[in-house]
Amino acid sequence: MSTQTIVRHETVVLVPRSALVPEQGAAVLLPSGGSAALFLLHDGSVHAVGNLDPFYGAPVICHGIVGDRSGAPTVASPLGKQVFCLRTGACLDDGKVSLPVFPVAADGDVIHLSIPVHEAETAALTS
Amino acid sequence: MTVPERTRPKRVVVVGHGMVGHRFAEALLARDTAGAWDITVLSEEPRPAYDRVALSSVFDGADEASLRLPALDAARVALRLGVRAESVDRAARVVRTSDGEHIGYDELVLATGSYPFVPPVPGHDAPGCFVYRTLDDLAAIRSSCLPPGAGVVIGGGLLGLEAANALRLLGLDPHVVEMAPHLMAVQVDAGGGALLGRLVTDLGVTVHCGTGTARVLTDPASGQASGVELADGTVISACVVVFATGVRPRDQLARDMGVAIGARGGVVVNEACRSVSDEHVWAVGEVACADGIVYGLVAPGYAMAETVADRLAGGAAVFAGADLSAKLKLLGVDVASFGDAHGRTPGALCVTLNDPVRRAYGKLVVSDDAATLLGGILVGDAGRYPMLRALVGSPLPADPSALLAPEGAAADGGTGLAGLPDSAQVCSCNAVTKGDLLTAITSGAATDVAGLKACTRAGTGCGSCVPALKQLLGVAGVAQSTAICEHLRASRAELYEIIGGAGIRTFTELITRYGRGRGCDICKPAVASILASLHTGDHILDGERGALQDTNDRHLANMQRNGTYSVVPRIPGGEITPAKLMVIARVAEDFGLYTKITGGQRIDLLGARLEQLPLIWKRLTDAGFESGHAYGKALRTVKSCVGSAWCRYGVQDSVGLAIELELRYRGLRSPHKLKGGVSGCARECAEARSKDFGVIATENGWNLYVGGNGGFRPRHAELLVADVPTGELITIIDRFLMFYIRTADRLQRTAAWIEAMDGGLEHLRDVIVADRLGICADLDAAMARHVADYRDEWKAVLADPRRLARFASFVNAPTAPDPAISFTVERGQKVPDRPLLPLEVL
Repeated sequence: MSTQTIVRHETVVLVPRSALVPEQGAAVLLPSGGSAALFLLHDGSVHAVGNLDPFYGAPVICHGIVGDRSGAPTVASPLGKQVFCLRTGACLDDGKVSLPVFPVAADGDVIHLSIPVHEAETAALTS
Repeated sequence: MTVPERTRPKRVVVVGHGMVGHRFAEALLARDTAGAWDITVLSEEPRPAYDRVALSSVFDGADEASLRLPALDAARVALRLGVRAESVDRAARVVRTSDGEHIGYDELVLATGSYPFVPPVPGHDAPGCFVYRTLDDLAAIRSSCLPPGAGVVIGGGLLGLEAANALRLLGLDPHVVEMAPHLMAVQVDAGGGALLGRLVTDLGVTVHCGTGTARVLTDPASGQASGVELADGTVISACVVVFATGVRPRDQLARDMGVAIGARGGVVVNEACRSVSDEHVWAVGEVACADGIVYGLVAPGYAMAETVADRLAGGAAVFAGADLSAKLKLLGVDVASFGDAHGRTPGALCVTLNDPVRRAYGKLVVSDDAATLLGGILVGDAGRYPMLRALVGSPLPADPSALLAPEGAAADGGTGLAGLPDSAQVCSCNAVTKGDLLTAITSGAATDVAGLKACTRAGTGCGSCVPALKQLLGVAGVAQSTAICEHLRASRAELYEIIGGAGIRTFTELITRYGRGRGCDICKPAVASILASLHTGDHILDGERGALQDTNDRHLANMQRNGTYSVVPRIPGGEITPAKLMVIARVAEDFGLYTKITGGQRIDLLGARLEQLPLIWKRLTDAGFESGHAYGKALRTVKSCVGSAWCRYGVQDSVGLAIELELRYRGLRSPHKLKGGVSGCARECAEARSKDFGVIATENGWNLYVGGNGGFRPRHAELLVADVPTGELITIIDRFLMFYIRTADRLQRTAAWIEAMDGGLEHLRDVIVADRLGICADLDAAMARHVADYRDEWKAVLADPRRLARFASFVNAPTAPDPAISFTVERGQKVPDRPLLPLEVL
């Protein structure tokens, strides 16, 4: 089951692109006190997913190894090694689990990370 | 309609808990799923059954426990240790035991084995004369001999050479006296025996063939054996004399019972292994006389045990005689004989190949029309044994001389496993055919050697067919791909060669030239480890390398379940001053860390947040601590006991050596974690034999054991070299580690690496001690580079702001503690607050 939430992307967090290292995630502190995991990939694209590992409840997804599975960009949980798709947030090793995905947009050197108002409640539950 | 005869379980009493008695109990348990049998096993020895075939390994570092056979289910088998069967009342079906108990039976299985035959030469019963049969015999030999000096073995057969090896391992110069003109006359012919004699002479064994023993010499004062005088007048001074002149069935109990006994001893049994005199009495193993033959090998004994178990379970199994084929490794020399090895079949022809350069002897016995293989003998190189043995009775697939040619020299003219019929036996110890193995493979029940062992028992006896099992997996097309993952189609060992050979320094370069995609959590850490081994001067977090590191290496600390980290400073050899202990204590207090003593003799500080790590390490490095690499697939610790400095029993400075080794190998990246240990005497308080490399002090130097581990599948390390001085010891450990780093698979501990190696420990010894591959200079240079380039990783991080940047908690709030991490208190220390897992909410 999943929580029914009307998602409105209202809050925007700005992160300078120069603060990111390719293929090494970074945690972004969100106004709610939660965090997102932000990734700059080898091809220059940027992705953001929830930072909370749904299997352990620990804020560590940003420390996972970035790579690809059959061409889709992925991050592996540093705790249990479950692999998540960075585009959809889906856990590729467990169909019942996924990470929330946050829209990102680049404006020159600044990355805009949009987060839903209720991200604190829904971050880990959206599936 | 029939009514079940009775409902109470029937009682079977097994007399004798050797390998065959044990096998019988196992076999009956496996078949008797309904619990129809109560099993009682009487064991005269005070310990459960052990692997008697591997007896001499006790002097090669094995302990009693490693020889022990898998325990019988105590809930279903009453095992009576140290209890002998004194007599049997067949009419009442009762066994009277040495402790006075009367045990009733429905069926009685005699598995009393055999006793050593000692020829009645004068002096044979003097103190200092021994037989070679049980663990107690070995203990008596050990306590009586005082190396250096000589030891004499009377008897040059299989057992005699085993005993000679035991004496050699005890530090004595062994002499073997054999009445026949050459060694192992039962198994091999004159040509093979001559080569065997040369090979064992080279190993330090003095061989006296074609002469008997006139008498045992004794010391006039003590009466103790002091040597032997041979029939040809030769006198050999020795501190021990071991008789290995054959065995006789241990059938006194059966004789007293009044059942039929064979002309040369043994309970006469029919094809069901049932006494011909009493339908409730059965005999298996060396005490049975089947069709006039008493078998002295374990494989026929196992076959008899299975036959009786099957019969008791209602089956109709038959023991139709056994093949006496065997492949043995005696004193490191391969000896195999199979089928009609001596060419006794009328009209049989022999083809022999005696290669003095390769030091190999082979003989094939073929039928008079040269069409069928009847048997053969191999000495020096028995690599072709599994294949040739399986061909016995089959049409020859190629010219006999081609079948004897060195492996690789002859084209595979259908001689390999692929050419064998399904009925060919691959494992003779457990009678497993090629067809059985292929069924296990194609049904999916087994996908590797371990799986084949588990579901067919093939390879669990003498192990000589294990290479054949590997080949069969290949033949069946399930050979595992060696590709490390979908991105790099190469094994770790191949990647090591590619990266080193092509001078590659970055993952991007590697994957662009040799792979596809952007890698994953499998290949990236493996490549990071290889790059760390090859480019010892680089920091593992610099440049692109930082993104390759696995969870713990990424921040030079072990990530815990709540996302915090543990900090483990290096405490070489476990030796630490009170002042340094106080530093650790103050750091732990100041940062509110949970502390625990680890199994590796150091202190773990847990609960540090990411952004605290540099602050904590600043304090620790200022006080002289270095990274303990608890986070890395790298050397962890070298554990030690206090050794000769303090201990009343210590014979060497174990702490000093442990510190030297730990400092030498600190920071060494490897396919999996590495642990070492050094014990100052044979009491082994440092538990060195549970480590990847374990060193145990001797009076003369150090014994080096390799390939041990605790963990999921605990394994004792095995002796690689004995009594070496410190310098030589370190060179051999250097090579062991470097060879492991170069050739092991990802996440393969040294134990699994050695197990998977073709030729196992012997091959390892060939490579790193005898330098058979000529790579030791290379390995030595690689280790010298590692030692010269070692820098403390944490100190290097603290000195560089770019490296420090990765320890920010948030990219937009670098020093803010993560609000998602919280703690609770347990037993006076903080522990992770268990979060409500989103998955549990769902």
